[in-house]
Amino acid sequence: MRHIISILLENEAGALSRVAGLFSARGYNIHSLTVAPTEDPSLSRMTLVTSGSDEVIEQITKQLNKLIDVVKLVDLTEGPHIERELMLIKLRAEGEARAELLRLTEIFRGRVLDVTPTTYTVELTGTGEKLDAFLEAVGEGAILETVRSGTSGIARGERALA
Amino acid sequence: MSMELTGAEIVVRCLRDEGVEYVFGYPGGAVLHIYDALFQQEQVKHILVRHEQGATHAADGYARATGRPGVVLVTSGPGATNAVTGIATAYMDSIPLVVLTGQVPTALIGNDAFQEVDNVGITRPCVKHNFLVKDVRDLALTLKKAFYIATTGRPGPVLVDLPKDVTAAKAPYVYPERVRIRSYNPVTRGHPGQIRRAVDLILRARRPVFYTGGGVILSDAAEVLTELVQRLDYPITSTLMGLGGYPATDRRFLGMLGMHGTYEANMAMHHCDVLIAIGARFDDRVTGNVEKFCPHAKIIHVDIDPASISKNVKVDIPIVGDVGRVLRDMLRVLDATDRSPDREALAAWWRQIEEWRAMDCLKYDREAPVIKPQYVLEQLYEVTRGEAFLTSDVGQHQMWAAQFYKFDKPRRWINSGGLGTMGFGLPAAMGVQLAHPDALVCCITGEGSIQMCIQELSTCKQYGLPIKIINLNNRYLGMVRQWQEFFYQGRYAMSYMESLPDFVKLAEAYGHVGMRIERREDVRPALEEALAMKDRLVFLDFITDQTENVYPMVPAGAGLSEMILV
Ligand SMILES: Cc1cc2nc3c(=O)[nH]c(=O)nc-3n(C[C@H](O)[C@H](O)[C@H](O)COP(=O)(O)OP(=O)(O)OC[C@H]3O[C@@H](n4cnc5c(N)ncnc54)[C@H](O)[C@@H]3O)c2cc1C
Ligand SMILES: Cc1ncc(C[n+]2csc(CCOP(=O)(O)OP(=O)(O)O)c2C)c(N)n1
Ligand SMILES: [Mg+2]
Repeated sequence: MRHIISILLENEAGALSRVAGLFSARGYNIHSLTVAPTEDPSLSRMTLVTSGSDEVIEQITKQLNKLIDVVKLVDLTEGPHIERELMLIKLRAEGEARAELLRLTEIFRGRVLDVTPTTYTVELTGTGEKLDAFLEAVGEGAILETVRSGTSGIARGERALA
Repeated sequence: MSMELTGAEIVVRCLRDEGVEYVFGYPGGAVLHIYDALFQQEQVKHILVRHEQGATHAADGYARATGRPGVVLVTSGPGATNAVTGIATAYMDSIPLVVLTGQVPTALIGNDAFQEVDNVGITRPCVKHNFLVKDVRDLALTLKKAFYIATTGRPGPVLVDLPKDVTAAKAPYVYPERVRIRSYNPVTRGHPGQIRRAVDLILRARRPVFYTGGGVILSDAAEVLTELVQRLDYPITSTLMGLGGYPATDRRFLGMLGMHGTYEANMAMHHCDVLIAIGARFDDRVTGNVEKFCPHAKIIHVDIDPASISKNVKVDIPIVGDVGRVLRDMLRVLDATDRSPDREALAAWWRQIEEWRAMDCLKYDREAPVIKPQYVLEQLYEVTRGEAFLTSDVGQHQMWAAQFYKFDKPRRWINSGGLGTMGFGLPAAMGVQLAHPDALVCCITGEGSIQMCIQELSTCKQYGLPIKIINLNNRYLGMVRQWQEFFYQGRYAMSYMESLPDFVKLAEAYGHVGMRIERREDVRPALEEALAMKDRLVFLDFITDQTENVYPMVPAGAGLSEMILV
């Protein structure tokens, strides 16, 4: 099962490698990982997407909690939550394809950030599935480059990790 | 305004204020400021080892024997990498160490500078935590945190990397009385509801068994464990790491369990209906095949580390907390109830266990003309009346020591269980002997293991450490040979030890006494003679049966009840 683990950790040199090292040393999967400082500059917020059996996920959260730099964590997938990923995508846009690509971008609520006579660079946010669907729709032939941020997540309602 | 001190002076002051008696180390360029500061004071004594691995094992032995953190000081680069094996050894057995490593000056970090290695990176997977100090003003607080983290919760090694310029720079010195780390709050008090549920299950048990481990030793909980077990009159077995946590001479003690555990202990595990696991981590050497582990049991597990619980085996009543506190709370719950265990069921269970015990699974050929290693350990036990501190190396000799020396007290059995580090025994014995200068300290070893840190014989000479080395010399990497006999049809690849040194001469070359014992009847007199030399290190080279094996044995992949017996 896919899990989104949201982690508050000390914003210190090495904290990220402790988390990454834990996953590689114990053979856990990392599908994506995003991290940046929070409004409190002494803390970073990380969203980590992983998968495994219930037992593995239990060990992952326990092992993460054991890291001295980890202040708090929550498995977002245990409750209602929102997840978003940002994608920047450069598309080959020539001739008739230009109009079609614009239309698709609009349908997916993307934004064109940069235009040249031969390319569009599009910004798109959504769940990973939505981004995948867009890639599918434009077709491999049109894609020059993609950059994805990995998933960020947050709980719905009053629940907060602070 | 407090005085300004150099970083090096701050390090030494912190050690002093932390009450550190000994630092085990080896100098080099990156730590010269610290050595200079050590030189100019007398409270903190420095023990100069002959290899940095020895420093970590010695500090580790000191920590295991006392419960206080062991302290290590080594230089950057090769000094630090040499220390890694010892750090990993301590990590696997949850031993508190504070390891100070030298580092190149901050301006050179990342430059492939002379003797630069990423100490924090290299040790990250085998420390509880580590720090790189980049500013002298953070130094004292960081060291305070290091001691705090190493010794609280589930203990472990903490490394502090000290760039040379940081040890030269100056800052005011204040050693914080206490420290709080917002992201680190180990739970020590068990959940009262869980404790009541556990006691209820314990009282309902018909075939109970206590399975105890290193956590009992680390928590200094031997006394309260003994009280609880005796009050209930339940059988108890221990892991390799928990030996001495309950008196081995008490009839309720079934001996060690696991791969080389006793028949009665493993059978009791397999047939129990309630398993009470205390400070033990369900290691694969203990469980055997987890699919076949304790098939009839409800399991209670007390451990300070939530990650130990339900890691390998799913448990029914988890209790996160310190062993000592939880067991005291359990006794209180027992005090408050008028319920007691089912005496009849218990009597039947004990009858069954006594039948298993009657198998005498540790029997060996007592008439053999050659020296049996088991015989040496039995004699050692008698001659020392069970009062010695035993350190051990790794191999068959380690298992025989665990089986044949009956430890009645905690912190007397000192060995590397989790990492299984050959070379541990002698340097660990140095730490133990320094901690207990008047005690008898014996190092049980094999001709393979002893050669891995043999150079520490020189350290023993320098500090006059009268350790008794019991070398069970079978001319084989015996534990390897045993596996090759059982599982590789006797193809003894690289397990025969050729070109062995003359250990007697070797001991003498280092300024010690050496003895070679080849006949069974000489074993006892030799031990008595050696023990009488109270102020000398004696190297006893026992020429033992070459092909003796450790029994019982649970082969890899088998369940605990599927032992190979003699
Ligand atoms: C050649 C060889 C053969 C071996 N054969 C065997 C064998 O037959 N049988 C055997 O038992 N072992 C054997 N071992 C050792 C084995 O590898 C493990 O090291 C050992 O079984 C682990 O012991 P433990 O479960 O007591 O855990 P430890 O490693 O001692 O861990 C202690 C546990 O207690 C917890 N703890 C720490 N402090 C506290 C506290 N204050 N309160 C509560 N909990 C705490 C920790 O979180 C941890 O879970 C062998 C090793 C070697 C090298
Ligand atoms: C550093 C290290 N290398 C290799 C091993 C693997 N190993 C485990 S036991 C053993 C043999 C030990 O031989 P010896 O010290 O003579 O003890 P014996 O088994 O003969 O009693 C070996 C090689 C180890 N545990 N540690
Ligand atoms: Mg040998």
